[in-house]
Amino acid sequence: MTVIKKSGPDAGMIATLIAVLKRDLTIAYRRKQDLANPLVFFIIAVSLFPLGVSPDKSFLQEAGAGVVWVAALLATLLSLDGLFKSDFDDGSLEQYVLCPQPLFLVVLGKVIAHWLVTGLPLLLLSPVLGVMMFLSGEQIKVLFVTLLLGTPVLSLLGAIGAALTVGLRSGGVLISLLILPLYIPVLIFGTGTVNAAVSGVSTLGFLSILGAMLALALALSPIATAAALRISMSN
Amino acid sequence: MWSFFHKLGSPRWFYDIGGKWLPWFALAAGILLVTGAVWGLLYAPADYLQGNSYRIIFVHVPAAFLAQSIFMMMAVSGAVGLIWKMKLADMFLKAVAPVGASFTFLALFTGAVWGKPTWGTWWVWDARLTSMLILLFLYFGVMALQAAIEDANVAAKACAVLALVGLVNIPIIKYSVDWWNTLHQPASLKLTEKPTMHPDMLIPLLIMIVGFYCFFAAISIMRTRNEILEREKRTAWVKALVQTGGRNA
Repeated sequence: MTVIKKSGPDAGMIATLIAVLKRDLTIAYRRKQDLANPLVFFIIAVSLFPLGVSPDKSFLQEAGAGVVWVAALLATLLSLDGLFKSDFDDGSLEQYVLCPQPLFLVVLGKVIAHWLVTGLPLLLLSPVLGVMMFLSGEQIKVLFVTLLLGTPVLSLLGAIGAALTVGLRSGGVLISLLILPLYIPVLIFGTGTVNAAVSGVSTLGFLSILGAMLALALALSPIATAAALRISMSN
Repeated sequence: MWSFFHKLGSPRWFYDIGGKWLPWFALAAGILLVTGAVWGLLYAPADYLQGNSYRIIFVHVPAAFLAQSIFMMMAVSGAVGLIWKMKLADMFLKAVAPVGASFTFLALFTGAVWGKPTWGTWWVWDARLTSMLILLFLYFGVMALQAAIEDANVAAKACAVLALVGLVNIPIIKYSVDWWNTLHQPASLKLTEKPTMHPDMLIPLLIMIVGFYCFFAAISIMRTRNEILEREKRTAWVKALVQTGGRNA
């Protein structure tokens, strides 16, 4: 029988995960403005499309899901720069690397916290933006489900880019360059599901693939992120 | 046998062996490329549908082949570098990334040039074109990361991780782009490839493909040797090499 200890070097896997999660959520809670920034960006980016392209209802209905998805993707990307930055600057990242618990677990905790403070608010806001883009109730529902499955993948993949570029001067732009090509499958299936719903095709297959991407990213990306962090820390 | 591979892993030995191989690859590449190009461009029969414009495949197809396989090689050498800490693998990765990006660009460019007379447009959001474009972005990512990190060892390892992540993603990207394309425009345009190519066209194409690979081998050996000299410039053998004017003592 394994006994889960609450803290210290012998802390179990779950206890470690919870400790990291709690710490990151507390830090996020104390910097409320940082939480709001990606959300505001999300809203502004979506509202640029009617202004820049066309406020026509039929256009927005057709493009709406894609616009919301692209904006959510960019908002996530912008927030990623800070994922490991402050921990790197104050040295706590080194302590994470040194601690006896596996690093990927710490990474997973940080990514979950990141999703809770950026992905989840984006998700909750998306129906409002869906209404602004004249999406139907059914479309909004499907959009919500795809974002629910998709935004964690964005956080997980983005963590790899954040880990590779932590400590570099040109971090922000570089992350976009590294990570955006990897986001393409998520984007395709995210908007594809909504389009399928419009044309009356069953969305179950699309959602299964999004779920599979989430499972794959959940299993592999913390390991890649941990490896990337170790490399960045040796710099 | 094993000691040969062992030696090949050391930069110094690779520098010597690569230097011996280089002229042969270069010669083979020159002969094959000239033969294939002359045969393909002058003597192969014109396509009954596309006329002479199809002849660009003698450049396009080998470039596309290389574009994909170079990324594979980068990921494999990245894995070798990460697992066995072979410095040579790191150097190879750095040396070939711009070469791979160039071939990807060449494939896209020749595709566009071919598309203009055949499809009447420079660019189509076709699944293959799009996944090649994304491959080009992945190459740019590796090159940007390489350039951003000053420490050569750290840069190589970071690029290795990125190349491996990219390799896992390439099938997913390819599959999803295929899906996306069939979703939006079902088979309005297809690459008019005939499954059974006439031997008069196929043989020069194969010659060109082998020639391109030899050319790549020569280029990558040259670039890797350059990288070796750059990275090992503080070692005694490089200093000795420079003092004797580049000739092997």
